[in-house]
Amino acid sequence: MALKRQVGLKQGLRYKGGGPMLVWVLHRISGIGIALFVGLHILASLTSQLYGWEIAKSINILYESSVFQMVVFFCALFHAINGLRITILDLWPKLIEHQREAIWVEWAVFIPLFSLAVVVIVTTAGG
Amino acid sequence: MEKTKAKSLPLSKRGLNFEMLMWIFTRLSALAMYALILFAILGALVMGARYQMNMADIMRWGFMPNSPHVVNTDVPDIAPWMTPFWKLTAIALLLVAVAHGIHGLVVVADDYIVSHRGRQIVRVISILLVLLFFLTGAYVIWTA
Repeated sequence: MALKRQVGLKQGLRYKGGGPMLVWVLHRISGIGIALFVGLHILASLTSQLYGWEIAKSINILYESSVFQMVVFFCALFHAINGLRITILDLWPKLIEHQREAIWVEWAVFIPLFSLAVVVIVTTAGG
Repeated sequence: MEKTKAKSLPLSKRGLNFEMLMWIFTRLSALAMYALILFAILGALVMGARYQMNMADIMRWGFMPNSPHVVNTDVPDIAPWMTPFWKLTAIALLLVAVAHGIHGLVVVADDYIVSHRGRQIVRVISILLVLLFFLTGAYVIWTA
């Protein structure tokens, strides 16, 4: 258990992990983002439902804004698509040879879907 | 490329421990969530959400088909969302998502907290968080 990490933040940022590292970082950030959003949303819903707190209602109204929708949808969609790639590669280990190609496929699926969602959000979201 | 011999143990000698089970749980719960979200969106379309959908509505119905999510939308009738069937579906998605998410946070924390004691504390906190979010979420869904 005695692990020591000698890598600082600056060195870590200069590490050239390329595509696989980018999706690893994004998977981690989007996962934390979803956990924060869902946790806050559950607690806000509970307090607004039980006590009718105004602050909880205003937190839930914040989610209607277009920027918030884009961020949440980016996190959810990226986490879902990257998670599907991880699941497929892990459950069929022979495919791991093609993991770089899998990441290209992943972006080819993610970018059109997310662009479409951004268009829908911009044209329909209120604020 | 040079072929190197695999250093990992064969599957029969590896045994099963909790972390291994959680590793497979993460993958299987991901598959379960795809299925539940697809089911929820299809159910929302059947229950009258076909008209004037926007992205926020699709996300609401996809992630949790419960009645507070419908009140803010243009759907006139929220009664179909109030049935025990859809409440149980939403609670099932909540249970899987909370377990998957909190376990993910533990995995992230393990990368930065390396002492045995620290990891134990992380695990105790994670169990409490699972209970907190599952119980409050299930309460919100059931009494909505």
